[in-house]
Amino acid sequence: MRLLFGTLFGLAVAAIVGLGLTYYALSHGAAFGGLAIESWTAWPKSGTTDADPYARASIARSGRLPTAMGDGVSFTLTSDDDGKTLDGRCEVVLSGVTPTARFWTLTLYNPDGGLVANSANRYGFTSQEIVRRSDGTFEIVVAPRAKSGNWLPTGGVERYELVLRLYDTAVGVSTKAGREVPMPDVATRSCP
Amino acid sequence: MIARWALLILGGVLLGGIVHLATVIILPRTATQDAYARLSPIAPINAVVALPAPTPEKAIMPFMDPAFASAVCRYDLSQGPLKLTVPVSAAYTSVSFYTRYDVAYYAINDRAAGRRVIELDLMTAAQHEQVPEDEEITAADRLIVESPTLTGVIAIRAMAPEPGLMRVAEGTVAASRCSTQQPEPPPRPTIRPAEPVRPRK
Repeated sequence: MRLLFGTLFGLAVAAIVGLGLTYYALSHGAAFGGLAIESWTAWPKSGTTDADPYARASIARSGRLPTAMGDGVSFTLTSDDDGKTLDGRCEVVLSGVTPTARFWTLTLYNPDGGLVANSANRYGFTSQEIVRRSDGTFEIVVAPRAKSGNWLPTGGVERYELVLRLYDTAVGVSTKAGREVPMPDVATRSCP
Repeated sequence: MIARWALLILGGVLLGGIVHLATVIILPRTATQDAYARLSPIAPINAVVALPAPTPEKAIMPFMDPAFASAVCRYDLSQGPLKLTVPVSAAYTSVSFYTRYDVAYYAINDRAAGRRVIELDLMTAAQHEQVPEDEEITAADRLIVESPTLTGVIAIRAMAPEPGLMRVAEGTVAASRCSTQQPEPPPRPTIRPAEPVRPRK
């Protein structure tokens, strides 16, 4: 009786630990070989056959098709440079330049990867739509209310993430964070 | 008594580690809502289907780029190699290849293709070996991509750098074609010249 109870207990611990770890790892997008540049993170290896089991599992679970190496690389942003989680009720400013790429797009998604409804029907910017300063830098204001310049509406949602996709770029698996890959700075300017 | 419980917990945690690794590895094969499964109801085998643009209400897959017009070709190579033709739009066009389990194994863009039309043949490694070398096929004429799996998805995407160019991008992906080739006539090997005549490599 004691043996049976002990075995069941051990198996229960195994199930909770095992499934719990899997759930945690996949819901937090854990994968090896992440390329973190400032607050932005990319997993260039996820777009290759070298993708590790965690990357494969989280891709399968989310239902997306990863950006393939040779097409481009996707950087995800979930918090600003101070580590504060992006809040759609605040005014968040992206400023600076992007790494060299033929084109890039910046898109705002809810945490499930869906577009966020807004009155302007704008879900993102492409590199050609951006208004730049004379020195080539740009500023994008991510805010619930209309702003002058490059305004990316949040629709007032609480949580969102920004995905910067660089197409036809040299940034990839062999890239190291450094001066040659400048990512836009992210700052929360004001919160209600 | 305490030692016994500690041992049980330790054993459980170790077993839990194995359960964790096993579930992570098995998950892609059991996922019912992965990209391939989402595309299956709308995409017939070996044909190009344009995907509706993602909207806040509805998107066929998460994390689609709204600046792109996209189409997919769900392929099955069991009937023979696949021929893919994608015209190139003004801005940026890319073709990405995924296995049945959504692993990207190859991608090419318009600049890498270097032509007005991206043309390539998709086949398995076994089918590639059967391609006769003595035919007028050189790598420059014909790009051959090897698929690691019999089935998979090809994503064809054309960029609209401004919303006004979306029509052009949609036209590009709509004009793409993917189809299984005519089966090669099997008697060909008998017509082939004898071994010594073949040019040396």
